[in-house]
This record gives sequence, C-alpha cells and structure tokens, in this order.
Amino acid sequence: MSVEERERAIRCLVAKVGLDGHDRGAHVIARTLRDAGFEVVYSGLHRGPDEIVQAAVQEDVDVLGISILSGAHNTLVPKVIDGLREYDAFEDTLILVGGIVPDDDEADLKELGVAEVFGPGTEMQETVEFIRNNVPERA
Amino acid sequence: MSDPNASALAGAPALSDADAALVADLLDGGHRALARVITKIENRSPGYRAVVSALHEHTGDADVVGITGAPGAGKSTLVDKLAAAYRDRGDTVGVIAVDPSSPYSGGAVLGDRIRMGSNVGDMDVFFRSMSARGQLGGLSTATADAVKALDAFGKDVVILETVGAGQNEVDVVRTADTVAVLVQPGSGDDVQTLKAGILEIGDAFVVNKADMDGTERTVAELEEMVHRRAGDPDRGTGHHGPASGPRSESTGGPPPGGPDGDASGGDSWTPDVLRTVANTGEGVDALIDAFDAHAAYLRSSGAMARTERRRYAEEIRTLVRSDVGALATAEIERRGGIDRLADRVRRRETDPYAVAASIVDPIAECVEGLDAESDAD
Repeated sequence: MSVEERERAIRCLVAKVGLDGHDRGAHVIARTLRDAGFEVVYSGLHRGPDEIVQAAVQEDVDVLGISILSGAHNTLVPKVIDGLREYDAFEDTLILVGGIVPDDDEADLKELGVAEVFGPGTEMQETVEFIRNNVPERA
Repeated sequence: MSDPNASALAGAPALSDADAALVADLLDGGHRALARVITKIENRSPGYRAVVSALHEHTGDADVVGITGAPGAGKSTLVDKLAAAYRDRGDTVGVIAVDPSSPYSGGAVLGDRIRMGSNVGDMDVFFRSMSARGQLGGLSTATADAVKALDAFGKDVVILETVGAGQNEVDVVRTADTVAVLVQPGSGDDVQTLKAGILEIGDAFVVNKADMDGTERTVAELEEMVHRRAGDPDRGTGHHGPASGPRSESTGGPPPGGPDGDASGGDSWTPDVLRTVANTGEGVDALIDAFDAHAAYLRSSGAMARTERRRYAEEIRTLVRSDVGALATAEIERRGGIDRLADRVRRRETDPYAVAASIVDPIAECVEGLDAESDAD
C-alpha cells in the first residue's frame, strides 16, 4: 500500500561523552546530518556512558556518533559499547568516533566494534556518504 | 444474519512471527523491543498495523498528559521535572517529544533530550524524540500509536510534548487525556494568540518561569479567559479543580458528578491557572496534583468515556480516510498517473469531475456489490 511505503529516516545520536566541554564541532555535525535528511538527536554536553546508552537504546538510532576531544576515548568508548551489548543494541548500530584519536588507538577502537574514526579535517560529505553506505539494514 | 461485530474483528491484521516475538518482548518489559516498536510505528514499516492492533488490548492503564506551548516556554525542562517528580512517587514514565522537521531536507535536530537532566541513566523514564515528518495528518496517528506502545509496556504516566503552533500539533496533543498549556510571563500577546485553538484544549494553564516579571499579569489574563470560557452557557456551570497557587493538599479533586455532572453531557471542568519555575522544580508537585484531579474528574464524571469515544472515532476516521485515499492513489497510478490525467483535462479531452467519477465509481460499485451480497445472506 503506497501510504505504508515511506522512506525510512536514518536516525543518528550525536553524543558528547565525558568531561570535554567543546561541542562546536558536534553542533556543526548535527546540522550537516540534519541537512542530509537524517533525524539527529543531540545528547548535550558532559554525558556519562550510561546516559549515551540510554539515549541510543530509547531513541533506537541507526548511527551513534561519539565526539571526544579529551583523549579519554580508550576509557569511555568501551563502556558505551558494553552498555549497547547489554541492551542487545550493539549489532545493528553503526558506531562512529570523531575527535583527536592517535592511529594506534584507532586500530584498537575498530577492534572493539567502532566502524570508523573521523579526525580533524574530515570532509563532512565524507561522513554523510559513509553513513549512507554503511547504515545497518534492519528488518 | 451476519454479526457486524464479528466481521469487524475478523479484519484484524495478521501478525508475523518476528513481530509477534517483538510484541511479546515489549509486553515482557524489553526496552529494545519498545524502542523498535516505536520505530516501526514512525516508519510505518510493513506489519506495524498488526503490532499496534496486538497492543491495543493491553492499553488503557496509563494517564496520558499532553504538554504544549510556544517555543521557549520551557516545555522540555518542565517535562524533565515532571518525569522526576512522578518517579519520586514510584510511577514509571514514558515521554514522547515531537520536534518539527525541515520541509526541505526532511531532516531534523531533535533537541528536547538535552533538557532531560534529572532522569539520566534511569531506564524507567523512557524518553523518545519524534520528528514531525511532514506527513499528511499522520503525525497524530503516529504519536497516538507510540503512546499505545508505552501504555502497553506498562508505563504509569505517558507525557506527550509538542510545540503549540499549528493544527498538526493541536491534533497531537488532543490525543492526551489531560492537556497543559504552557505560557511564559509577560506574553500578553501570546495569551491573545492562544485563543485561536489552544485555549479550548487546555485542561490546565501553566505560567512557567513564574519568578520573572509580569507573572501576576499573565496569570490574571489567563484566569479571566478561563472564566469567560467557563461562563459560556454551552460549557456548563463549571467545577473548579484544585485552586491555583501552592495549596497542594487538595488532591481530592472536584466532587464527583456535581450538580449537573454527567447528565448535561457538557464540559464541566474549569481549568486551573498554575505557576511553575521549571528550572528549580517549583510548583511541579501542585501541577501533578492538578493533573491527578483532572484524571479523577474524567473517571468520575463519565467524561473519560466521552473523550475516548471521540478520540477513537477520530482515529478510525483517519485510518479509513488514509486507506481509501491509498486505494484511490493506486487507481490513479493504474490509469497512467495523475500528470497524464491532468494533461487530458488540460487538452479539454475530459474534465476533473469526469476523471474523479471514473476513478471512484468502480470503487463505489464494489462497495454496493458487497452490500447486495450481505443482504442476500
């Protein structure tokens, strides 16, 4: 039935975790994703990993973009991923990390299940395309 | 003779195995399943109808509260504090917050969640942002269905938050049992504009940011308006809810029935005008008392049955219209699409009435054929 066949909107959570108070970048990304036609939930600043998990599960997002500029990604990202697993939400959530992440750490994060890490200077269009191409298929 | 009720029930959409498992998981308290069901409802995914159908019998226990008001009135902050206060007394809470979406890209930034600072990490507050996806009157259907999901999940209170601008939002908030309209102080002109559609739906009026200048005047203006509405002979003589202000022991609510209560069939609830400071939580308990009083009034006066009947009637009409519209759209496609038909009209080969009749008449004949069949039974 034609009414039922609506294009599914891609839902994203843009999350700031930990004690990092810089969210200009997160704002710019949220707007770019909105202009790409996505529905974007922004977490606000200074969120704990459990809050991010709560938001990702309840909002049922396809994409979780974690912005960390503080260097604490090795502590915070695993906690978020563990929380997602607990609610059975890890498998079909595309997890992205943005921020200052050394190459070695990037490899570790990807090992954990992060799909991609975007550093400074990434073209926004690159992120949008990455999401479009990699967003998990859902039943 | 065929039983009309039986045939109506036979029409319930069939649930797929995966969806049946999803429904079972939701009823069992699975957060992920609840989130998934709401996504299905939002996306109108295949099978969502069967899911909502299956949930319906488990609904009806939650108090549904709608919060609306102008942008910047403090709705999200107040909803956060309300949710925390409900949690303090042991109730579980669901929140649906509706944000507008861009008519150009279809995208949206859903920002209401930022204000949910009092309930972080508390999974018994289920907060869900929804975007108004520019759907044809479908937003109120989607939010009403999402409320059903939260109700069936077992939430004691469901809060529906939406910007109070435009018919779509009014339709959304009308699906709540109790509606609070938020106003900020010094917005005399706002109070004027409220008259257009929002005044009628408020069961309580809240002057938020009541620590700011102009509070008294805004309260006075609202009270005057509310009493003018109460004085309207069509609206009955009027009960009062718990008096405005800090008196919070008046949870008993208005006397059940009242002088002309149920028999008049009219609206005999006079909204309260309350003050809150959402930032600090001041006045939130009194507001909850007012919500409880209104819920008690709805149950004791029989008004609940009336509002529910009206709401479900509207829901049925919306669904039937959208389905019949879809049938007609498919028929237009089958005839080469709307552009081709319009071009034929433009070339004066036919006219709009003839085209419409050629599309609808066969459908009407089918319906008449069905009537004839059932008469023959």
